[in-house]
This record gives sequence, structure tokens and C-alpha cells, in this order.
Amino acid sequence: MDWYQLWQIISAPDNVPIVGLLVIVPFYTWYGLRQARANDRLIQELEANPELAKTHHRKTFPYRPGWPTEVHVWPYLLRIEFLAAIIVTALLMVWSLTLDAPLEEPANPNLTPNPSKAPWYFVGLQEMLVYFDPWFAGVVLPTLIIIGLMAFPYVDANPLGNGYYTWRQRTVAIGSFLIGFYLWIALIIVGTLMRGPGWMLFWPGQTWDHTRLVYEVNRNLPDLFGITSDWGKGIFGLFAVVLFYLAAGFGLHKLVTRSPLNRKIYERTSLVQYLIFQFFAITILVGLPAKILLRLLFRIKYVWITPWFNI
Amino acid sequence: MDREKEGRGGVGVLERVREESEQLRMRLKEELEGLKQDLKEPQRTQLWRSIFRVPHERTTPRNRTLAVLANVFLHLHPARINRDAVRYSYTWGMGGISFYLFIVLTFTGVLLMFYYHPTKVQAFRDILYLEHDVPFGRLLRNMHRWAAHLMVITVWLHMFRVVLTGSYKRPREFNWCVGVILLVLTLLLSFTGYLLPDDQLGFWAVTVGTNMARATPLIGHEGPFGPQLGMTPYNDVRFALLGGSIVDSNALLRAYIWHCIALPLLAAIFMGVHFWRVRKDGGISGPAPVMLESEMKPVRKV
Repeated sequence: MDWYQLWQIISAPDNVPIVGLLVIVPFYTWYGLRQARANDRLIQELEANPELAKTHHRKTFPYRPGWPTEVHVWPYLLRIEFLAAIIVTALLMVWSLTLDAPLEEPANPNLTPNPSKAPWYFVGLQEMLVYFDPWFAGVVLPTLIIIGLMAFPYVDANPLGNGYYTWRQRTVAIGSFLIGFYLWIALIIVGTLMRGPGWMLFWPGQTWDHTRLVYEVNRNLPDLFGITSDWGKGIFGLFAVVLFYLAAGFGLHKLVTRSPLNRKIYERTSLVQYLIFQFFAITILVGLPAKILLRLLFRIKYVWITPWFNI
Repeated sequence: MDREKEGRGGVGVLERVREESEQLRMRLKEELEGLKQDLKEPQRTQLWRSIFRVPHERTTPRNRTLAVLANVFLHLHPARINRDAVRYSYTWGMGGISFYLFIVLTFTGVLLMFYYHPTKVQAFRDILYLEHDVPFGRLLRNMHRWAAHLMVITVWLHMFRVVLTGSYKRPREFNWCVGVILLVLTLLLSFTGYLLPDDQLGFWAVTVGTNMARATPLIGHEGPFGPQLGMTPYNDVRFALLGGSIVDSNALLRAYIWHCIALPLLAAIFMGVHFWRVRKDGGISGPAPVMLESEMKPVRKV
């Protein structure tokens, strides 16, 4: 274990947010899902007892008849905002007094640092460059992520869970988002902590060896099947990708229509909504991890080879 | 004052002066007493009332409401909100904290602009000057940097919370989209700021980042169908971003202008829309009463 190097990476001031994310994201996941569980229990109770459902105030927070349902923003909200501003300012002050923003030597186009990394929030995209060509990892995929996020409310036809934490009523929506969110953060962490010179994989604590050579040869999927002609590769790749989308789509469909509630929600979803959901879910949430596994386990670089682009 | 007494000689004048000064003294004393009273109760002065239209000293519901509605900085708030909506556990405060960090960044950013020239000759030296000579310069730069990183995290967490509570659902779908744009703008703001110190870190991070633009399909010279459409390193989208084929002085100037003017302006506009829509869509989404599966309305047939 090279503790010194590990410490150097972790304690680099610009990497502090990543170390923070390792704590913050699990904490807030727990914090949200704990409330979801409490609400789910209440929902179960009310579902089983329709009489109670008629009279219950339907929150896990205490409430008695006669209590005002609303409070004045001044002072009950503004004092919280004021307090939050003070706490954030104090936190920033302490952070700024204890850690200096990095400043390296003057920019020098003739001296390329190895590895040269993007800012931490984009390291996830840089990490995807291992698995996809730049046009896909750097341009198409981010665009798809943004469009997919924007489409999210329009393809979620589930009327339940609007304005309260719940897990059981919204397994598909929350599950999809969690996979994407964690994938994004996992890629950032791998890119920051586990990528050394030449963007080679080093385990945390493994000394970065600038002279390391990797003897693995990447292969393309058509090569494994002995396809050599350009036309053959193109058609084979198209076939493979279409087959993947069909198989993943079928698997996803089985998954999202498993529980009775999810089947009910599926019935409310229009075909256009459902196909858009399937497209983004397959491409980002299934396709990306699938390609990562193909690469890491089977050293497969491209699945689909054409004269213009490779995937 | 009696006019007939005038011109009767020195004694009369002296008498008059004494009389008048006595009156003046009394008046001054009276007014000082009044000023003292004003200092004790400044809310009653004309000055105070001209600034604060609503009396704050009595906490009647009407005053509390007006305190929010009649204040330009607070008027985006409603006068009253759901009793549970102020709970930290529901919102995590991340949207508000993101906005506060934006304000902190604007403030520290403007101060940093006083010491910074976006030129290849000056930029790096300005950072050294900031770090070593400007009073509190290092603190200023640190705060700007860390507030930017923190804002990226709080924006992500805000989005995470909105998903977990289903707050993007009808009628808030559009505001979610505005939020996604704000997320992108936050990342772009952070990214454009990275180049400005003109050190190795920023230079190579931006080089790596903008090199991806080469591979943009159709409009990048290394992207699919780019060369077929006549893209070269001197006319493609990367050239437009950098103002050249390499990360150099033009790129620095462009990053500076995007970072300090264009993107903050865009972000401010979208934030205005975002907050406005929060109100127009009925305030924050909850904590709402839970809805039961058995209460789902039948599917609407279109």
C-alpha cells in the first residue's frame, strides 16, 4: 500500500469535494430513504384501514386538529434561511482559511502533465472516454443525459408520490435515477482515485508506475467472430446493437412490470412515453455499464465498426 | 417681537438678543429631547418610515405578511407556507443554499475582477499578486474556488431531493427542465472559471475538455461526418469555443467573458424564471399528504 500517494490524491485541495461526496451522497440517500420508509409504513397502514384514511392528516409529522396548517414566512422561514446563510458562510470561511486553492506553474503547452485530468465534476465524462470514442463519450452521451433528465417528468406517468418521500410507490423512477446518479459519481471516483499515468487503472494505494506497460490487446467484437470485410463489420455491428436494445428492452420491460403497482403505472403510460423511457434507460443506464463490463472483462473495444464512426 | 421697541437704543437690542437666544435655547432643548426620543424609538421617525413602509415592532399577522410582501428582496416568498414545509428534513435547504452560494460567488467574483486581467501576460501574475500582496486576496480566491465546488455539490443534491420527493411531477415539469438548464449552467460556469488562473492545472483541464469538441458529430473536424462536411481545425465548433485552434490568449478572453458576463447573466435569468415558477406552480411541492394506491384515478382516455 502506497499510503503516501493515496494521501496525496485524497488531500489534493481540488479533490476534497470528491472525498466529501463519498460521505455526503450516502448520508442524504439514507436521510431521504429513511423518510420514504416512514411514509411507506403510513401508506400501508392507511391502505389497510380505509376508515383511518378518511380522518388521518396523512403525514408522519405530528398534527392535531386545531393547529394552524400554515405558518408565517416571517419569521419561521426567514430565520432558517438566515441561519443557513450564516452556517454556509462560516463553513466556507473555515474551508478557505485551512485549504488553499491550487495554483500550479504557469500554463505551458509544451509540458503535458501525465495524467492530465478534467475538473472533478467532468472526470466522469473523461473516464467514459475509456469505453467510448470522444464523439460519443464527450458529446453525444452528455447531450443524451441532459435531454434524458429533461424528459424525466414527461415520461413518468405515475401520479403517486408527488411531494413526499416514498420508495414503494415509485420504485422505477427512483431506481432509475439512483442508478444514473451513482454511476456518475462512481465514474468520478474511479477517474480521480484510480487513474494514473496514461489513464491506466491503478488501485487506490497502488504506486503510479510511469513505466508500466499493459500487454492487453483490445479486440473488436467483429474480430472475435472472424468478420473482416467493412460491410460485414458494419452490418454485424448494427445487428449486435439492435439485438442489445431488443434484449435490454425486453429485460427492462419484465423488470418494470413485475409488481402489480408498476403494472398499473405501465398501463397509464402512453407508448411514446414508454419508448422514450426505454431508449434513455437502455442507452444510459444499461448500455453504459454493459460497455464498461465488455471492456473490463473481455477487452472489447468496439462493437460496431463503420468507416465513419465506431461504438 | 414688538416693532415699536426697535431703534430705542442699545439696551433694547441687548434685551432682545437675550430674549431671542433664550427662546432658541429652549427650542433646541426641546428638539434635542425629541431627537433623544427618536433614537429610543427610531421606528417613529420620518426617515425610518420612508424606508420601511410597514411597522415591524408589532407582530400582528398583517404586519408579518406585509413585511414579506412589501420587501423587494423577500417578495419572491409567499406570506405564509405549509407548517411542515420549513422542515430541513424535507428540502435539505439545497436549493436555497445553491442560490446563496451564487450570491457569494458573484460578490467574491466581482472583487476578484478588480485584480485580474484576462491576458496571457498578466493573468498568472495577477493570481500571484492576489495570493501574496492583495490584503485578503488569498482568502478571496479560496472562497471563490470552494464556493464554486460546493455549489456543484448542492445543485446535485437539490436535484436528488427533487427526484426523491417526486417534486418534478405535474404541475412542476417545466420548472424541472429550467432546473436542468441551471445545472448545466452551473457546471459551465465552474468549467470556464478553471482556465482563468492560466496555470498548468486550468490549461490542461480546459485542453482536455475542449478537445472533446473536436469530436462533435457533424460540426467537429474529428467527429463522425465532420470531415465530410468540410470541418477543419480552423472552422469547427472547437475553433469557435477557443477563438483559435489552440488554447491561447483568445481562449482566455473568451473563457473570461463567458465566465464573468454571459453565463452569470443567463444563470440569473433562468434563476428568476425558476423561482417565479416555484411560486406560480403553487409553492414548494410538500411535504404533501400521502396519496394511496387505491385512490389513483382511472386512466384518462385521450
